[in-house]
Amino acid sequence: MGFFWTIVALVVLLGLSWRYLGSYLAAVFDGRVHFLAPIERGIYRVVGVDPEHEQSWQRYASSLVIFSAISIGFTYLIFRLQGSLPLNPQHLGALPPVLSFNTATSFVTNTNWQNYAGETTMSYFSQIVALTTQQFVTPAVGIAVAIALVRGFSRHGTSTIGNFWVDITRCLLYVLIPIAFCFGIVFVAQGGVQTLAGPVNIHNHLNGVTQTIPRGPIAFMESIKQLGTNGGGFLNANSAAPFENPTGLTNFLSIYLVLVLPFSLTYTFGKMVGSVRHGATLLAAMVIIFGCWVGYTSYAEHQGNPAVAAAGVHQSTGNTEGKEVRFGDTSSALFGVASTSTSTGSANSSYDSFTPMGGMGLMTGMMLGEVTPGGDGSGLYTILIYAIVAVFIGGLMIGRTPEFLGKKIQAREIKLAGLASLVMPLTVLILTAIAVSVHAGRAGPLNAGPHGFSEILYALTSQGNNNGSAFAGLSGNTAFYNIVGAIDMLIGRFVIIVPALALGGALAEKHPVPTSVGTFRTDTPMFVGLTIGVILIIGGLTFFPAVSLGPIVEQLSHHRFF
Amino acid sequence: MTETQARNPQPPTARVSPPIAKEAHGVAQARSLFDRAILRQASVDAFKKLDPRIQIKNPVMFVVLVGTIVTLIEAIVHPGLFVWSITAWLFGTVLFANFAEAMAEGRGKAQADTLRKMRAETEARRLDENGKEVRVPASALTKGDRVVCESGDLIPSDGDIIEGIASVDESAITGESAPVIRESGGDRSAVTGGTKVLSDRIVVNITAERGHTFIDRMISLVEGASRQKTPNEIALTILLAVLTIVFLPVVVVLEPFGRYAGVGVSVVVLVALLVCLIPTTIGALLSAIGIAGMDRLVQRNVLAMSGRAVEAAGDVQTLLLDKTGTITLGNRMASAFYPVGGHSEEELAAAAQLSSLADETPEGRSIVVLAKERFNIRERDLGPDHTFVPFTAQTRMSGLDVDHRQVRKGAAEAVKRWVIDQGGTLPAELDTIVERVARAGSTPLAVADGGDVLGVVELKDVVKQGIRERFDAMRQMGIRTVMITGDNPLTAAAIAEEAGVDDYLAEATPEAKMALIRSEQEGGKLVAMTGDGTNDAPALAQADVGVAMNTGTTAAKEAGNMVDLDSNPTKLIDIVEIGKQLLITRGALTTFSISNDVAKYFAIIPALFVTTYPQLRALNIMRLHSPQSAVLSAVIFNALVIIALIPLALRGVRFKAASSSAILRRNVLIYGIGGLITPFIFIKLIDLILVALHWY
Repeated sequence: MGFFWTIVALVVLLGLSWRYLGSYLAAVFDGRVHFLAPIERGIYRVVGVDPEHEQSWQRYASSLVIFSAISIGFTYLIFRLQGSLPLNPQHLGALPPVLSFNTATSFVTNTNWQNYAGETTMSYFSQIVALTTQQFVTPAVGIAVAIALVRGFSRHGTSTIGNFWVDITRCLLYVLIPIAFCFGIVFVAQGGVQTLAGPVNIHNHLNGVTQTIPRGPIAFMESIKQLGTNGGGFLNANSAAPFENPTGLTNFLSIYLVLVLPFSLTYTFGKMVGSVRHGATLLAAMVIIFGCWVGYTSYAEHQGNPAVAAAGVHQSTGNTEGKEVRFGDTSSALFGVASTSTSTGSANSSYDSFTPMGGMGLMTGMMLGEVTPGGDGSGLYTILIYAIVAVFIGGLMIGRTPEFLGKKIQAREIKLAGLASLVMPLTVLILTAIAVSVHAGRAGPLNAGPHGFSEILYALTSQGNNNGSAFAGLSGNTAFYNIVGAIDMLIGRFVIIVPALALGGALAEKHPVPTSVGTFRTDTPMFVGLTIGVILIIGGLTFFPAVSLGPIVEQLSHHRFF
Repeated sequence: MTETQARNPQPPTARVSPPIAKEAHGVAQARSLFDRAILRQASVDAFKKLDPRIQIKNPVMFVVLVGTIVTLIEAIVHPGLFVWSITAWLFGTVLFANFAEAMAEGRGKAQADTLRKMRAETEARRLDENGKEVRVPASALTKGDRVVCESGDLIPSDGDIIEGIASVDESAITGESAPVIRESGGDRSAVTGGTKVLSDRIVVNITAERGHTFIDRMISLVEGASRQKTPNEIALTILLAVLTIVFLPVVVVLEPFGRYAGVGVSVVVLVALLVCLIPTTIGALLSAIGIAGMDRLVQRNVLAMSGRAVEAAGDVQTLLLDKTGTITLGNRMASAFYPVGGHSEEELAAAAQLSSLADETPEGRSIVVLAKERFNIRERDLGPDHTFVPFTAQTRMSGLDVDHRQVRKGAAEAVKRWVIDQGGTLPAELDTIVERVARAGSTPLAVADGGDVLGVVELKDVVKQGIRERFDAMRQMGIRTVMITGDNPLTAAAIAEEAGVDDYLAEATPEAKMALIRSEQEGGKLVAMTGDGTNDAPALAQADVGVAMNTGTTAAKEAGNMVDLDSNPTKLIDIVEIGKQLLITRGALTTFSISNDVAKYFAIIPALFVTTYPQLRALNIMRLHSPQSAVLSAVIFNALVIIALIPLALRGVRFKAASSSAILRRNVLIYGIGGLITPFIFIKLIDLILVALHWY
């Protein structure tokens, strides 16, 4: 019953947020929110930006890429110079170059793939200035891209799609910082640790063992970790650790925070293009797939582990291997699906220990391209790209050259949408093929056979989708996986962002075609179905062979699907 | 109104029984879908098209060709029944695609051959500066030359008549056997090379350069020689290329994946899987669909100057339709008698009939017919003492002087003036009736006998039967219909109401037409229109789809992007439907092609890895006999489905005007869901046959 009420509460809260936060976001990006205007103006003055100046998509994209490149460099330097920087009570030394590169890339691409254990690697300075800063900035970048693409639909006959610097500033000031601050307080109130004092050593007099309890500025990082669909925790155990995720309430709020912005942005989209129905259409596509994945994964986990069952153990509480007992099987599955379907990648259980079918639920949630609902901003811009493909095929079937929200979808748009939608599967599959072919790659997985294959596939899928969750089991902190992973993350982020912005630019230039009853309707249940079809078919057709060699074979080894 | 429109009122049912059936000599000869000569030619061309330079233009099929070569090498190095079978069927896939395209082209080529015969060398009688005739071959004519044609001569090239009048047999181009009148000046001065002068003598000013005559253009159009990919075709090709590129690594990585799992993956099977996954069905049929779309227009005697225009036709949101000939039959018909001044209806009818006896215009005939229908007044023989008074632009009346009676009918104003001149008086109710008739959209004709006004005959514009339903269908598809007429707003409104058009433009001038097109286009709409006069040319050029009537002027034909050889403006509606059908066929086959992949995966993936992972047999949900039969069945299905869909590609998917949601629902069901299920059934069936033949 607990699971049922969790779902009900989640639906109610997310529903309200969708309506009101979504509308607030539209106001923020339309420039109708001003309560921090002095600070905003101050920032523009310092950065040297004219907030009235609009950018073409090329300028928007180059600002974004330059900004991200500088962020990677800056973050990399902090890791390399960690030993000489303040706020380092444990006197931790510099990170090795490849790990620094992987981690810098990981946090700047909103992936938060962690080839390190936070408490024994990162100083407080690195955690705050390098990691947490990026956890605020990268979702702002993602949302800015989504908004720029949406402007492509809402604007007519113009070459500009907004100003990158203004968009990220407003997103940070009016959205991410205030919300993360409020929830940070809740996390602290619930028992999340927030201190700059170093770890404490506890001497257990009974057994004579001294234990080091890591501490740090955890609670506030936690709220942005989830809200920003980042997922990179302070501690290695991520949300399974009580200092990060102390109570049932924080567990629930974590799930809520992960989902709230990606879902709400569909309302923002609808509002900005002048048709909330269109926002609801995308929301419906997201919710249906997300719901199925939650149901499926929870069911798989609730069934228990087939390997354990084979040993004759009755599993009345489902598959509890690798799970926090305080959260249980279904709730952990819900957390897992929310985290992997949103490019967050935080974890309150060990995904490696999920049943093969449950693990497949997590893996395929990412393989669908992180659109259900996807990361902050990235979910919206990616699903819009899939929707453009759906419009193109569906539009043809009613006998007109396809149009979406009055904008004709022609060769240029299809080229960009095609590029953006094939980048991720291509990158993930090719890099996985390389990993299983070279010695350095084959040395990674903990397990042999299909499960080992799943571990490699999962790692590269996670990084290619900027998710950052780990299947564990894979020794990722090697030169090979650090570099391959960084390439995976960079392509997965920027080679989708740039075509998405180009798409926004191309669409903004177009004049709308008036709608009539003959127009292909893109706000109907039929279109929801078509969009879901495109998402499942692109994801399914590209990854089916790979998945059948991993989790499917593994599950079938137990002579049953469930 | 042009004469032809009046002369050739095509009933709206033209779509149901297309005129092609009866026109044996026109461009558009009725050809069965699988004409034997075309089949034979296409089979040969299928091999000719194996040229890699041709293949590379179609990225999907090029990948299949390369795959075939790979399996061929494998078959030579490690021969076996399986590998040779796969190679053969992959090769078959390429050939079938070529065959589909050749079939579509073949139909055009056959038509081009008919046209070429018309272009056969003729002699022209060119006039030099001194007006002397010089005999030169037609091919030596250039723009600006003047030639003389007399009865029995073939007109050597396209041009405008600058002197004389002649009846011309244009059946070679239009298939219409009745001769048409061509005369210098005005909108009927254009003549087409290859047509025949039947009577009289004309001097023609040649307007076409050598090799660029109308027939030359028609030949290259029906042959598809100048065929360029249309914008939508390019966009779709890109999508198909994307789907091909994405499947390439999907398949290639299975080799290292397999090696990691300890499976030796056969290259042949990988190639087979790749060919099955890439959208070969639509890739093979895409160009055939485009050519066939143009061909369907030609079948209806419409020549589209570019595929782009056909595609635009599917997108049209506003149709500008000339009232006369399109919406109404073109002739006004007498429909009622309104007596005045105490006369009876029969008296009026009798007088009206009398005044119309010599009137051979359709309007006049219709009065005689109505009088007979209503009062059984027969045509009578008049005594020798009678004079017909013909209609003139000055009097605007016609009639008859007989037995000291002067019967007249004509425009109300003219008749009124005449009656007053005769010393008569006007009944009080006359003006009221005249106005009422005019308001109803009809033309009032007053009838007078000497100084006595008998009453008013109502001439009604007869709206074509069934046209209202077609406009309703257009509305369902979201297309706005606008009636263009020179009538006054009152009349226009009444006819618009009766015909069920969405809007009308009354007292239309070329400028007003142009302004209307511009204002629609400014709103982002695509506009289609028909026209024939020189003053229509700017509007035809401005419209997204401009259909010029073949009877129209050279200027109109050059300005439009389509020419209707039948000069039947109603066809605009057919053109829109053909445009839509073309796009739907593409979309439907793309959806079908992609949906097919699911079943193919279930056939091939278990077959690929089952030796190492026997548990994957569970994915073999079709229970195919063996890994080899499974792969081969999928490949055979993939090849045969192309052949099976050729008729659909050439004919186009069934299209019925309906709302976009209804059309979408239907097509998603048939080609999406159908495409998902069909291959499961047929792959299983092919597998059963292979097993029954003891091949596997």
